[in-house]
Amino acid sequence: MSTVTRASRRDFLKIAGTTAGGLFIGFNWFSCDSPKVEVLSTEEILSQAKNFNSYLSISPTGDVVIYSPNPELGQNIKTSFPMVVAEELDADWEKVRVVQANLDTEKYDRQLTGGSGAMPHSWERLRTAGSTAKYVLVAAAAKTWNVPAEEITVEKGIISHKGSGKSGHFGEFVTEAATMTAPEQVTFKDKKDFKIIGTPVKNVDAKEMYTGQPLYGLDFYREGMLHAMIQRAPFGMKIKSVDDAAARAVTGVQEVVTFGNSVAVVGSSTWPLMKAKKLLRIEYEPEGKVESSADHDRIFKELLASGKAEVRRKDGNVDAAFKNAAKVVSAEYQCPFLAHSPMEPENFFAHVKGDKCELIGPTQTPDRARQSAAQILGIPAENITVEITRLGGGFGRRLRADYVEEAVEVSRVMNAPVKVTWSREDELTGGAYRPAVRYKFEAALDESGNMTAYKLRGVGMNAGNTTREHNFPSGAVDNVLIESVNYESSITTNAWRAPITNFLAYAEQSFLDEVALEAGKDPVQFRLDLLQRAKTNPVGELGYDVDRMIGVVQAAKEKSNWGKNPNVKQGFSVYFSHRSYVAQVADIVMEGGTPTLKKITAVTDCGMVINPIGANHQVRGGIVDGMGHAMYGNLTFENGVPKQKNYDTYRLIRMKEVPEIETHFLTTDFDPTGLGEPALPPTGGSIANAIFAATGRRLRSQPFIEQKEFSDIKLDIRRA
Amino acid sequence: MAIFNLKVNGKNHQVDVEDDTPLLWVLRDHLGLVGTKFSCGVAQCGACTVHINGNSTFSCVTPISSVGNSEVITIEGLSEDGDHPVQKAWEEVDVAQCGYCQAGQIMQAAAFLKSNPNPSMDEIDNAMNRNICRCGTYHKIREAVALAAKTK
Repeated sequence: MSTVTRASRRDFLKIAGTTAGGLFIGFNWFSCDSPKVEVLSTEEILSQAKNFNSYLSISPTGDVVIYSPNPELGQNIKTSFPMVVAEELDADWEKVRVVQANLDTEKYDRQLTGGSGAMPHSWERLRTAGSTAKYVLVAAAAKTWNVPAEEITVEKGIISHKGSGKSGHFGEFVTEAATMTAPEQVTFKDKKDFKIIGTPVKNVDAKEMYTGQPLYGLDFYREGMLHAMIQRAPFGMKIKSVDDAAARAVTGVQEVVTFGNSVAVVGSSTWPLMKAKKLLRIEYEPEGKVESSADHDRIFKELLASGKAEVRRKDGNVDAAFKNAAKVVSAEYQCPFLAHSPMEPENFFAHVKGDKCELIGPTQTPDRARQSAAQILGIPAENITVEITRLGGGFGRRLRADYVEEAVEVSRVMNAPVKVTWSREDELTGGAYRPAVRYKFEAALDESGNMTAYKLRGVGMNAGNTTREHNFPSGAVDNVLIESVNYESSITTNAWRAPITNFLAYAEQSFLDEVALEAGKDPVQFRLDLLQRAKTNPVGELGYDVDRMIGVVQAAKEKSNWGKNPNVKQGFSVYFSHRSYVAQVADIVMEGGTPTLKKITAVTDCGMVINPIGANHQVRGGIVDGMGHAMYGNLTFENGVPKQKNYDTYRLIRMKEVPEIETHFLTTDFDPTGLGEPALPPTGGSIANAIFAATGRRLRSQPFIEQKEFSDIKLDIRRA
Repeated sequence: MAIFNLKVNGKNHQVDVEDDTPLLWVLRDHLGLVGTKFSCGVAQCGACTVHINGNSTFSCVTPISSVGNSEVITIEGLSEDGDHPVQKAWEEVDVAQCGYCQAGQIMQAAAFLKSNPNPSMDEIDNAMNRNICRCGTYHKIREAVALAAKTK
């Protein structure tokens, strides 16, 4: 079965020849001179490509260049996007070159990285680009050979006609193809005929990364460029006075610039600025709330107990159900602030030139960077270009444009090209964080251990709704009340990989474990019973697909040999986020009296897997990330300043702290869904539930290693 | 400011910098060798790892005044064409996610395998524990080091 799609008006494909005779296919019209045939070198194709930010171009030599519009931060989009285009084109992957496209809101839609949304959003567009190119190449070959297009086949960049015995590579037909009209409808390949999608394709930037070529924003240097480092104010404070005499005296410092509540030291290289920044004498005074972690703990408890809350979901009569309950289970869970801490610290290059501005660097949201710059400079956004470098991680931090704005401010004042570089201390103390949150859960059980009511109240900071009210177990319980309370903090906060769910999933999956045990039921069977209820007789709105969730639960139960080996203490967790389903089982084995975390088994349903290497990376990486922060991550505040300022006190997970991770992907016919985030949320829950199974200690706060329940547990982590 | 003569990747360089300037910033800002990465600046993450006389060293805390006539090798000089066994293993295993820490990981692995050509998995874990990967590619790093040891 093939899928036929009609391109929307916005996406209507246009085709044009180029002066050099290549074929370029993009999503918007661009004019150009009449084609003339010329053999292009790869370098020529690449330089030519700069003018055509289309999805792909094909040169007369048959080389295919595919433009990847979305920022690459390790989610492997720069490899998987072109795989989809090449698949529908039936290109030879060996002849494909990939180019990171610059920001172009005319040509690309949703040119950002966040929410695990790039692939689900672009799946059809990418397929359309590839299949349209194939259509016109086939039409050109049919015209050249005077044979029916339907009799033509394409394989690995070679167009063939069996009847006449003719064949040729893509490049031989690009000139003719450039005169063709794009079809209004394209026919996609049958998924069973995929030759590139679903196969392990290696990272397209591998060679450059492993030989140290400049790829990242911090690697960008330009002749005459100035460097800047910035001292930012504590949260809730403003500058009272600045004494920059000692900073200015440092050799290599050219200027000290104060803007807003920031002070920038500017010079021709980085090291003198690091020294000078420490010599700034800045006095601050309170401007708003100057907060400490102790304040947050107190505020959480007050707001949980207060009557003020926004109702997010209400089914049945919760009060009556709790009144009639045979047993009530209640627990509170809390997590601390976390920094995003991408390995490449924040940085950006800006060159303000009158009413124009050039921006180059790592950003998850290039258009936000441009709009922010336009606002600061009071110039039209069209006057600003944004070149997207490879990102040394993001985790949500580079959704913000604060560090881009700084580069723009300093470049404007200095009237020169400027690169702003953050130190690690800046990254940990400069915001914007995953905020702390506290949840209170309550469950009512009847005589038979059925959950008759479920209550959740979440208190967050700058978080709006801290719940996912239509997610499991909603829909499986008659009486539900889900509420949220928000506190406005002066500490800047931001989406952090799997926003809200990065902690909510742990809290909820741990609490369901508590309820299952109180109900005297096996934790997996307890969830399956609830899911069965949601399937046969759902209560209210369901924000998840019950069958897909049952699918991963059952597969994880089977793959992990759940409950089969009494010597293996297991913890279960399952979560739906970013359109994908992940179930996990953590295995702890007692060795010489020491609980040893040996393995995490993960089953994922993310629809069709584009690239098994990338998919494995995202699931294992998500689990390592989730585990590291649940175990060790902690950022605490004193008077608006984080106490942990570098990796000596802010602990990230290391090589010796990761167990074996076994990954499974369900084979389904669904289109690809998100994968950059969904494996992270269930991780804390599977581990905490296994720790409970092994030790009887229930961990209700993160990081685990700082909880008193964990203080005498010597958890060993070792691969099986 | 003072003049320092350096030997980096087999070539002689002269730089005029303050004597406390870390080797990392001399490489990046003055010699244009940006493969060596800045991340923590306090010898905690290993992104800045280079070889000095064959030993893996955190270049972010190595003042230029301490380098002297030592032989400095950076990721750019580890091999002619990116064909060092460790680099080849990294490509084969497809280790990277964002890739930012990987140059440091490769330099650490290369120095380690030189001193211990046939390591156990535990020894690999111990050696690589000093390098942080925020994306969590640890399983693949481990696999790639083991592969490099086998194929060298």
